[in-house]
Amino acid sequence: MSENTPNAGRPGAANTIRRGLSLSPELRRGLPGTIVIALISTAGRVIVPVAVQQILDRGLAGGSVDMGFVGWMIGMGLIAVLITAAATGWMHLRLARVSETALSGLRIRAFRHIHDLSMLHQASEQRGVLVARVTSDVDQISRFMQWAGLMLIVNGGQAILALAVMLVLSVPLGLVVIAMIPLILITMRWFQVRLDVAFLVVREKVGRMLALLAETVVGAPVIRAYGIELRSRERLGEAIEDHRSSAVYAGTFSAAFSGAGEILSALVIAAVLVVGTILAVHGVTSIGTVIAFLFLVQLFVQPVQMLGEAVNEAQTAVAGWRRVLDILDIAPDVSDPGSAGVELPRRAVGARFVDVTFRYPRSGETAANASGPAALEDVSIDIAPRTRVAVVGETGSGKTTFAKLLTRLMDPTGGCVEVGGTDIRSVRFNSLRDRVVMVPQDGMLFQGTIGDNVRMGDPDATNTEIQTQFRRLGLGDWLDELADGLNTHVGERGGALSVGERQLVTLVRAAIADPDLLVLDEATSAVDPATEVRISRALGELTSGRTVVTIAHRMSTAEAADRVLVFDGGRLVEDGTHDELLAIDGVYMRLYGSWQRGATSSAE
Amino acid sequence: MGTEDTAADSRAGDVALLGKGRTLIARQLRRAPREFAVGGLGTVLFAAMTVVSSYVIGWVTDSILIPSVNKGKVATSTLVGAALAVIGVAVARATGITFRRLGAYHAQFRLQARDRIEITDRYLELPIEWHRRHPTGQLLSNVNEDVESSSWVAAPLPMAFGVTVMLIITAVLLLATDPFLAAIGFSVGPAILISNFFYQRKMRAVVATAQRLRAEVAEIAHESFDAALVVKTLGREDAEVGRFGARSDALRDRMVEVGSIRAVFDPIMEALPNIGVLAVLGVGAWRVDQGVLTPGTLVTFAYLFRLVALPMRVFGWLLGDMPRAVVGMDRVDGVLNEKETTTYGARAPEQRGGAAASADQVGYLYPESEHADLSASRVVAHTRAPSAEQRGIESVTLDVTPGKTVALVGPTGSGKSTIAHLLVRLFDPDRGEIRLDGHGLLELDKPSLSKSVALVFQETFLFNDTVYSNISLGEPIPEATVVAAARLAQADEFITELRDGYDTLVGERGASLSGGQRQRIAIARAIARHPRLLVLDDATSAVDPAVEGAILAGLSELDTTVVIVAYRRSSIVLADEVIYVEDGRAIDRGTHDALYGRLPAYRELIDAYEQQEDA
Repeated sequence: MSENTPNAGRPGAANTIRRGLSLSPELRRGLPGTIVIALISTAGRVIVPVAVQQILDRGLAGGSVDMGFVGWMIGMGLIAVLITAAATGWMHLRLARVSETALSGLRIRAFRHIHDLSMLHQASEQRGVLVARVTSDVDQISRFMQWAGLMLIVNGGQAILALAVMLVLSVPLGLVVIAMIPLILITMRWFQVRLDVAFLVVREKVGRMLALLAETVVGAPVIRAYGIELRSRERLGEAIEDHRSSAVYAGTFSAAFSGAGEILSALVIAAVLVVGTILAVHGVTSIGTVIAFLFLVQLFVQPVQMLGEAVNEAQTAVAGWRRVLDILDIAPDVSDPGSAGVELPRRAVGARFVDVTFRYPRSGETAANASGPAALEDVSIDIAPRTRVAVVGETGSGKTTFAKLLTRLMDPTGGCVEVGGTDIRSVRFNSLRDRVVMVPQDGMLFQGTIGDNVRMGDPDATNTEIQTQFRRLGLGDWLDELADGLNTHVGERGGALSVGERQLVTLVRAAIADPDLLVLDEATSAVDPATEVRISRALGELTSGRTVVTIAHRMSTAEAADRVLVFDGGRLVEDGTHDELLAIDGVYMRLYGSWQRGATSSAE
Repeated sequence: MGTEDTAADSRAGDVALLGKGRTLIARQLRRAPREFAVGGLGTVLFAAMTVVSSYVIGWVTDSILIPSVNKGKVATSTLVGAALAVIGVAVARATGITFRRLGAYHAQFRLQARDRIEITDRYLELPIEWHRRHPTGQLLSNVNEDVESSSWVAAPLPMAFGVTVMLIITAVLLLATDPFLAAIGFSVGPAILISNFFYQRKMRAVVATAQRLRAEVAEIAHESFDAALVVKTLGREDAEVGRFGARSDALRDRMVEVGSIRAVFDPIMEALPNIGVLAVLGVGAWRVDQGVLTPGTLVTFAYLFRLVALPMRVFGWLLGDMPRAVVGMDRVDGVLNEKETTTYGARAPEQRGGAAASADQVGYLYPESEHADLSASRVVAHTRAPSAEQRGIESVTLDVTPGKTVALVGPTGSGKSTIAHLLVRLFDPDRGEIRLDGHGLLELDKPSLSKSVALVFQETFLFNDTVYSNISLGEPIPEATVVAAARLAQADEFITELRDGYDTLVGERGASLSGGQRQRIAIARAIARHPRLLVLDDATSAVDPAVEGAILAGLSELDTTVVIVAYRRSSIVLADEVIYVEDGRAIDRGTHDALYGRLPAYRELIDAYEQQEDA
């Protein structure tokens, strides 16, 4: 995607930096000072050449040595070295404090913002990208600030300062150096272009090699079972060798580049020597100046050589920064009315859809002016408090959209959703999330203990309360079987528990949140029969006395519901009890038929 | 990063590190001797020419610059000579630098390629049991990051060697030239080395902590965004921001600490050489005054001090990255030194048609979910079993009649998959024996084993290749056979509808196909080999029941013995015989109807499946 397009950093780099700075006032206030200190710190680097020149020309002039002057010069030099050392130290401190504080702030702000975005922006295939926004992208800026960016400032300062000192010492000799600059730039460019291409090839080869390595590890049982070790070995060997030779090729260029840099600086030195000697012979310049130039040329050429690398890094960092800013620019389309909002009453609530339409936005559109295909069209329905509603339909029928609108994970494009008689857009988030709870399909758990995970439903719940809740849902025996009880670690993403066990924990989590309106997205994955029994027992307890809307994947759920809503092609097409709907030959009848044949539940 | 040091034990760590570092360097030198030799020669040339270049500058000062100015004229030939000397030395030095880096690159990537090939060779040979004991992520990072970090030493090593040569030459020259200048060199040089050492030591601990925090920040972000739905519906945004913010700020604090360490050491390391040069100038001027030194010598050493000081940082880099490199080497060697292998017999029976398979009191228990670490430090982390489904089997006795289709049925965790895997010798039983046509599986040689049996896995694995290659697996199977196999697996139809038919690339892990399509390709893969025993381990879970029926019906036409691990009533009833497995034992066998009639546990299970299907 736009992730890695090579030119991503270029257009509007200045614009990105301006936007970035306005979002991070710490940087705007702190950076200019730091840059000034950084420039002061480079001054230390030209002290030595100046001291050399002064001592040769004035201390050692005319055969006798003026030790008084030499001593004074050395003393001044030492003081200057100490001052620049202090400046360097101060710069590092400031830079780290200013940039890291700003970046941590940016990171947290982006994290918060991503959570504030509606589900539309959190599609599962984008999650890796979203994680990159708050990790590697920010890390890239940090690395740039601490290393390449610093180098850019310090080395740039050094090169400019060295050139300035050269021109002060001798204008004609300085012009000799300037005359050589195009040669340096052309050579650098020649190498840089080829290096960029070579490293691009290396990255491709790395990708291919890693993919094959992964295949060999993940597919080990298949390779063994089919005895195709030889073929795997050949494919891998080829990819590894390809990577090696491409890396060595790029390395060769890079090595030659270093050598070329060395020769370039020797060419400049030779030119300075020849011209300098002639000038010195004619009394235009002094011996000390010529010698000082030899030092200064080093100080000038070295940073110019590093320029290419630093510029590359700067582009990557700016591109990363822009990606973070782009995320922050997306306005949250589902916003909290905050203190202006109303609070839902603490009682059983019903729900109402009035002419609700939802369209997915095309790229560039916001949810409000979305013109994509309608996922839900003109749906009006009234759900009485304490009813159990089953929502059925094929994939893409709109039943999931219905649930997301009901819980305000998204806002409708047209019409209005009400809970307890109030438009849910005017309900304060903390009240809404307190009274309306959705239990997602796969029991999403966080690393930590079972207790930690349940407590997300009610941060103040005590262990006793949680245990009571387990027993109330008929899960006491399951909890007792666990060696560590509530302190059992669920592992990464709950991986230490089976799929069914994870669902049990999410049910208790929902129970302890004690909502008035419960929206259940029924799981489709198969669970072993024993756990299945526990789940349905817990569900029975959890749903009693509440308004429950279930996205049903099982016939038994629809059968047991007070009311079944059938969606088809984004429209509510049938509404009634299981028996009523079976009496008419419609969509439900058809769904029921395919359920009975067992096809729907098992296919994908 | 496995073994990051804390500041407290870093002293003890330094000693151990030194020993391990020596081992690492010796190992890598041995493994890429030619490349290191090129790098070494380059670096010596570089070192020598660095010293020579300072002498050239001194010589130019004493013999050309000063006399010419004094005489008031300069010969063109003298100037050309000086220019050529400067350029000549630079060309030689550049050659040295180029070869030093060339050698380093060649060595680094030779080492990486060699380690990678050797590791994957081991991976391909090590028993599947070994693979199960090691998390995939670890095996991947071993062949990737660990290999890289252990080869990394190739870059600074030749450089460090060169700098050492340079330091020795400089020391000798200093001693030979003037004791007072030598005194300066012998105080500034070690001061730079010592501050470098402390800098790296302080840095290492903080950087390791920062690295760990960075991983934690990423982990929280991953988890939190993955569960965005839960975060939203339970209104946990603030709590999540708090959790994330705490880690992010901890990372910030460590990065600020990195900055303050640099704030102390960077100025010191930059100031020291400058102080050295100033001292050379002062003391040198005094010695020129005494008539002991010429101005040219003064210039030579002032220049040399500058040239030598900068590359001295290489010792810091070498030291700084050594811990990671050593850990990498430990892990790489950990795999290379693994001795486990699967040995095969020598028997190659010539038999056709369906095979008779039998198990006699076979027992196999999975190792106690022990996740072994690859490094020699033998860190072993115990984690809770990933799921209760992997206990293994207690004692299974069964036999399968040639050409028949047998279904293995039993509750989750009863050991069906284990039996399936043992039948094709993916691993070997702890007790008892599996036989194919009366021969123990262990007696068969590898080609006849792979030819005779085929397993279709529960989780389909496709290679990032064409559909055709995923069926043939690169073996010279006639095209007609491949297509016939695909047809039997009910895959031909959808394959021909793909954009490039059989030549369609399936993408990484077959990402472009649906689960059911992937499973059918995997089944075709097995059928194309005409195995005498075909084992399907719940290999049709994502396939429509009707299609599954067609596949099973097709299989029963073949002259092949088929064992299926099944979860659907509709597929179970198609089997000639059912073996009921519970708690790692084969409890009973018979036709579906017979078992359904006499075995209550079986009946309950089938009814439960049926309910799930209906639902």
